[in-house]
Amino acid sequence: MSDLTRSVGIVQAQTAVFDTPLHLASGAVLPDYQLCFETYGTLNAARSNAILICHALSGHHHVAGRYTPEDKAAGWWDNMVGPGKPIDTDRFFVVGLNNLGGCHGSTGPSSINPATGQPWGSSFPVMTVPDWVCSQARLADRLGIDRWAAVIGGSLGGMQALQWSIDYPERVAHALVIASAPKLSAQNIAFNDVARQAILTDPDFHGGDYYAHDAIPRRGLRLARMLGHITYLSDDGMGEKFGRMLKSGDYQFGYEVEFEIESYLRYQGDKFSDYFDANTYLLMTKALDYFDPAKDLNDDIVAALKKATARFMVASFTSDWRFSPERSREIVKALVAADKEVVYGEIESVHGHDAFLMLDEPYVNLMRAYLNRVAEEVSA
Amino acid sequence: MSAANTLRADLQLIADWVAPSSRVLDLGCGDGALLSWLNRHKAVRGYGVDFDVNNVVRCVQAGVNAIQGNLETGLAEFEDQRFDHVVLSQTIQAMHNTEQILVEMLRVGREAIVTFPNFGYWENRWQILQGHMPVSETIPYQWYNTPNIHWCMLGDFEALCAQNGIRVLERVVMNEAKRIHFLPNLRGSLAFYRVARQTA
Repeated sequence: MSDLTRSVGIVQAQTAVFDTPLHLASGAVLPDYQLCFETYGTLNAARSNAILICHALSGHHHVAGRYTPEDKAAGWWDNMVGPGKPIDTDRFFVVGLNNLGGCHGSTGPSSINPATGQPWGSSFPVMTVPDWVCSQARLADRLGIDRWAAVIGGSLGGMQALQWSIDYPERVAHALVIASAPKLSAQNIAFNDVARQAILTDPDFHGGDYYAHDAIPRRGLRLARMLGHITYLSDDGMGEKFGRMLKSGDYQFGYEVEFEIESYLRYQGDKFSDYFDANTYLLMTKALDYFDPAKDLNDDIVAALKKATARFMVASFTSDWRFSPERSREIVKALVAADKEVVYGEIESVHGHDAFLMLDEPYVNLMRAYLNRVAEEVSA
Repeated sequence: MSAANTLRADLQLIADWVAPSSRVLDLGCGDGALLSWLNRHKAVRGYGVDFDVNNVVRCVQAGVNAIQGNLETGLAEFEDQRFDHVVLSQTIQAMHNTEQILVEMLRVGREAIVTFPNFGYWENRWQILQGHMPVSETIPYQWYNTPNIHWCMLGDFEALCAQNGIRVLERVVMNEAKRIHFLPNLRGSLAFYRVARQTA
């Protein structure tokens, strides 16, 4: 019934340059910038079948497909986006972008600041979710998309989908908010701060201007990623995969890598610190911390969501403790109180927060059923 | 798909009680057949609630907004008096927190519609007299694997309502799609109640 094997095939990234200044929540102004994006599928004549994919902390515009047949890995949501897949590129025109402040081609801390000819580094402004949504709306204008059939995101991406529904109600038909939260808890912020401290205190950080010193705060970034990774997995999932397995079969009574989980985390940390920019990591975690659409409305999330006209799908995963089902239920409760249409699924999964990137069967079924409804509405 | 134009007889009776354009909460909504019909024929707005994610998927396929949730823990997702009708169809006998859900239904809704298999139905009584727990069309389980743990008869349910300040607005008792007026607690297999808070 479900064909999850087909792919969008070979894809190419594109760049859109914007010279209209972007006024940010912080008060800073980005005079000009570029956004790196990819598209899959075909925009229909009515321009009504477009879907925006918003990425999470370490994501980017390369959502599906491969750049060359030799590429080992496909885009980060290739299992969900493609022909015959739940986000079906035979029916939808799918857009993925790298958010501002990112390190995969959109303007960010590692880009050259035209005013100085040097990398932005520490002078790159802090971004917020509403800032991103505003920049994404400009990309939509550029692509001739007045209204998204759906805006979809997991985790930090889900926050963008929620923000879209509030900031541009007339431009979003459906918002799919997956493994997300209406705002971070103190515990979430605490984890983010430990990650930031790891980077900020790395001697190679140089106050954020490490590019000029030809240095990379690799140790900090690695620790940040290791910590993050623990919070993306569930205790059970980690236990199932690694348990107390030892690399060499017995205790070595030293501080080298002994347990498989140590080996796994160090590998993930090393890999991540090879390609991800530390300033981007800082910026993304701050955007998470600052996200709070009810802040200017006396903490009344219902009032914030009243403006939305989109219909919503909210999903959470039972073993996700970073953004637990309780947090998603807060969103659902607010949407019901705001008299919005909402579907909510609480998916049984051992994959923790990472489950939004996995293919637990009820999750795939729910996505498929919901997006089929979206497609039928736009006759795609 | 539940896009059929005909509803199961017991659901049709519930549907007849629902006012057009009202807000409906359907607890234990299953595949969403009732809400799907109500959406199309009475332009109601509302949500289904079901414990099973597969039922949430079926509801989405039927165009029904379903919220996955556990009725046993109450209806915390819903604010006071959000709905005109709150429906609990053939589920109350399988619940642990029977009294709580009844009270919760009338916290979030103006009116509640509760249906359940009548344990006082003569066939059930007859099977008990023969020395066995009843098994029938409306009670299709053996005693050792039944989800049904809180059986009641018409009088029992009405007593529970009275005890909680709940007023019976309307009662229908049926047997195989026929309304039973004479000796309902003996001749009726399925009970339908429309209830509301007693006015102060």
